[in-house]
Amino acid sequence: MISAALLFAFACYTLGLIFNLWRITRGPDAADRILALDTMVINVIALLILYGILEGTAVYYEASMLVAMVGFVSTVAYCRFMLRGDIIE
Amino acid sequence: MVVEIIISFFIVLSGIFGLVGSFGLIKLDDTMQRLHAPTKATTLGVGGALIASMLYFLLVKGSFSFHELLITLFLFLTAPITANFIAKAYLAHNATRNDLPETGRDYGWALYDDPPLLNETTDPRGE
Repeated sequence: MISAALLFAFACYTLGLIFNLWRITRGPDAADRILALDTMVINVIALLILYGILEGTAVYYEASMLVAMVGFVSTVAYCRFMLRGDIIE
Repeated sequence: MVVEIIISFFIVLSGIFGLVGSFGLIKLDDTMQRLHAPTKATTLGVGGALIASMLYFLLVKGSFSFHELLITLFLFLTAPITANFIAKAYLAHNATRNDLPETGRDYGWALYDDPPLLNETTDPRGE
């Protein structure tokens, strides 16, 4: 039962990643692309946690934590670049 | 059996809300509306996956771990900051000062005005 639910969730998040890619390619503004990339990072975090349940190991928490940190820093850096034209002043 | 049903419920909930959050990105029309959609994926999508993971490792594997709580805490701390930054970047590129309404406070928009000084004694609007 858990494996069937995991399969359903994997399908949902894969479809979500495809939607995000569509928004990245079509987004009329740079802010849309940043937002879609941020959503992509969140979807990847959820996918990693679910993959950890599927494999039955706790290794993937560290990976998802690292993805969360790198995603936050990259989003803030991109917005900072759009706002000020520079990342570290 | 009951444990499996509960864990599966949270996994399916996480999948549905992750899909809803990403679907909102392509359905909504405006950038400022689109900012609203991924919050579902952040809170209930990742939250459901983390609750399912905690329950699975606690009840099936028999080992309790609080790493998941750290990830939840980190995401809940950073999601408002990124949303604020994205909105600010969008406003800086697509809105002029006249498009924005008055703040109704002593200080104007942080995008255009300097932040208030800490030891300010005079009226900030009276130069």
